[in-house]
Amino acid sequence: MFDPKIYDIPGADIAWCPGCGNFGIINELKTALAQLELPPHRVVIVSGIGQAAKMPQYVRAHMFNGLHGRSLPAAVAIKMVNPELVVIAESGDGCTYGEGGNHFIHTIRKNPDITNVVHDNQIYGLTKGQASPTTARGQVTTLQFDGVPVDPFNPVAVAVALDASFVARSFSGNFNLTVELIKMAIKHKGYALVDILQPCVTFNKVNTYQWYRENTYLLPDNYDPRDREWAFKVATGTSKLALGVIYMNPNRPVYEEQLAPYMTDKTPVAFRGLEV
Amino acid sequence: MNLRRKQNGEVCMVLSGAAGQGIQTVEHVFTRIAKDSGFHVFATKEYMSRVRGGNNSTSIRISERPVKAYVDRIDILVPLNDNALERLRDRITSETIILGNEKYVRGERNALVVNFEEIAESFGNKIYENSVAIGVLSGIIGAQEEALVKHITAYFSRKSEDVVKANVNAALKGLEIGRTLGLRFELIPSQEVKSHYLMAGYEAVARGAIAGGCNFISSYPMSPATTVFTELSRLSKEYGILVDQAEDEIAAANMAIAAWYAGARALVSTSGGGFALMTEAISLAGMIETPIVVHLGQRPGPATGLPTRTEQGDLNLVLHAGHGEFPRVIYAPGNLCEAYELTARAFNIADKYQIPVFVLTDQYFLDSFYNVETMPDAKIERYVVKTDENYRRYEITESGISPRGIPGYGTGLVRVDSDEHDEYGHITESAQVRKRMVEKRLRKLKYMLEDSVPPKLFGPENYEYLLVAWGSTQLVLKEAVELLNDELKLNIALLHFSQVYPVHPSITDFIEKARKTIFFEGNATGQFANLLKLVFGIHTDERILKYDGFPFSVEEAVERILGVVGRLRREDE
Repeated sequence: MFDPKIYDIPGADIAWCPGCGNFGIINELKTALAQLELPPHRVVIVSGIGQAAKMPQYVRAHMFNGLHGRSLPAAVAIKMVNPELVVIAESGDGCTYGEGGNHFIHTIRKNPDITNVVHDNQIYGLTKGQASPTTARGQVTTLQFDGVPVDPFNPVAVAVALDASFVARSFSGNFNLTVELIKMAIKHKGYALVDILQPCVTFNKVNTYQWYRENTYLLPDNYDPRDREWAFKVATGTSKLALGVIYMNPNRPVYEEQLAPYMTDKTPVAFRGLEV
Repeated sequence: MNLRRKQNGEVCMVLSGAAGQGIQTVEHVFTRIAKDSGFHVFATKEYMSRVRGGNNSTSIRISERPVKAYVDRIDILVPLNDNALERLRDRITSETIILGNEKYVRGERNALVVNFEEIAESFGNKIYENSVAIGVLSGIIGAQEEALVKHITAYFSRKSEDVVKANVNAALKGLEIGRTLGLRFELIPSQEVKSHYLMAGYEAVARGAIAGGCNFISSYPMSPATTVFTELSRLSKEYGILVDQAEDEIAAANMAIAAWYAGARALVSTSGGGFALMTEAISLAGMIETPIVVHLGQRPGPATGLPTRTEQGDLNLVLHAGHGEFPRVIYAPGNLCEAYELTARAFNIADKYQIPVFVLTDQYFLDSFYNVETMPDAKIERYVVKTDENYRRYEITESGISPRGIPGYGTGLVRVDSDEHDEYGHITESAQVRKRMVEKRLRKLKYMLEDSVPPKLFGPENYEYLLVAWGSTQLVLKEAVELLNDELKLNIALLHFSQVYPVHPSITDFIEKARKTIFFEGNATGQFANLLKLVFGIHTDERILKYDGFPFSVEEAVERILGVVGRLRREDE
């Protein structure tokens, strides 16, 4: 195992609030990369905009910090051009499920071999406390004074419905589980969603560390993530939120492997024409 | 000079009918037969935004001389259904021959009945009528039997042997009929044309992209730009091109930029409405200094506008697309060679300066084709560097260009950020760094100007009047200028810009030499003239503009130029 410190950016001025769930996730991500012994120059972290999307600013690896909502199209393209890279698209719930909702659907359909880590704090942090797509109905926010008037988006259920090849949910406060799930997602061949529940200590006074501890549960040992009906039941369950690998379908073809340039030659398109 | 009368050594044919009736089949096969028989060919089509019915037409010019522009004149009009003539009334003259099935030509002044349908039936099925029509048209121009057999056979090659045979026989019957109609449109072939290629605008753009090393295209279908996307997809195995039909234009543009970041040479092909969705991504390319090449096939807007028609209305859009300030280059090819050369160049310039580069065409340009001998040479210029551990993606340099690495090529990390950033790509709010980065990005403009493509002058060096135009109007105006100078003894030249931004500074010298300059554009406000006025402070009062969705014809260009020149002369007196 590598030392997780190799992914540190010395002198980085971190913009997260003290106690933010992002601190847990960054440690979990670095530990997962270290345990997988992935050297920084093999990893590209692609993000959109938001507090979660600042993640690659603080991780020593390649970085594509693009536009709000657009981490997935960028990640898909990078993987297409250079399948040898480990590509991680990492952003928040607003960026991934709101602004980038259409990309979320169609990236699952394409099934590129990328990992999608979503920091799901059920609120907009960087814009100061408005509802996100996953904020609960009725929750009072800095914009929705009488409570959110719409039902929340259920990313896990949508991913299962779309037959995503790997769907997991974690909680940033559960270090070992999150490390394990990120590792599984990176190793998984195909699109892998890891939705990480995460408190926003400044703007979300409902979904606190304690709330997540009380309202989540680990999937039982006998749970079979290949059983889609079971997964759908777990994903749409209304009581507590399940943590773990909720669904997987390892039989789906990987997008980039089917494309014309790779039919007869596995050399990444990135290197064709360059002196390697 | 009556441009609407029959010209020696040339015949203009128009096929008109409903969508899905086989106009495209006749156009495709007949133009190939004509070219292989040694005749110069130009063809363009106009069509409605529907899959079936309506009325579409294709205009085919066959000539003993090179022909590369649209003319209104119709020598022979072939209606393929009941209302095929209605939209063409103002192009029909007393000399236009209306040829075809009796039921469609009945009552017309110069009706010439050739019952394609009946003849087809005599070969077993009326669906062979397109082959009969191809044969008749081939006979009229004196095309070769060998070429006819070759192209009919090739077109139906996927069908059974019997079907191929029946079509060939039906076409041969048509050929015999066409030859004996006595219309006196037989042309004298020239040997060298036979080895030419028939190439459409969209093919020149797609082939140019490949010549520039394009190996990635992400797009969302939109008329009239889809053909470029389709062509690159068709060629993707042969040339190793990654093709992605994106979920929307926003994804398409973000993918193309990320593909360049990862080491590809990527293109998006779109039209105005689709491009409007890409503008934030263009701004991203500006900030992260990652190249992108955009082909924008213009059609009339605003909004959905006229989806299948033509216009030069999106220059302002690409000129100003994207928030913030950053450099860009805009090409607007005027002919097939330029489309090939400039699309290839777009990739090299995008790579060299790490900027968005646009290739602006339009429906008329993309959907028109003519015979060409060869395409110019184009070579791939690559600027990607191998990185080391001390690599800084945004190193401040004198030229403003920071060496561009890609992930996995060398040991450095390639970190790009849509926030303002320091030399390593790290987010910053330092006013000092911000200022240095803005200046670095804009410093490239000076060198880009040195690389800008100068305008081309067509016509006399010592002109009295000067036409200034850009993009797809080049060949129509070139022919119009030749007619005005040769037949009407005007002294007029055309100055054509195939790079519309940044504009080559030689324009001021050209304008100074003219007694009067006339700006010629396919839009309603004179967008290029306005740009020139803004940048160079020149007078751009005389403008010929067109915005009805249809291309300029040679005749219309001549008439409108004559109108302006006549008025200017009267004002001078």
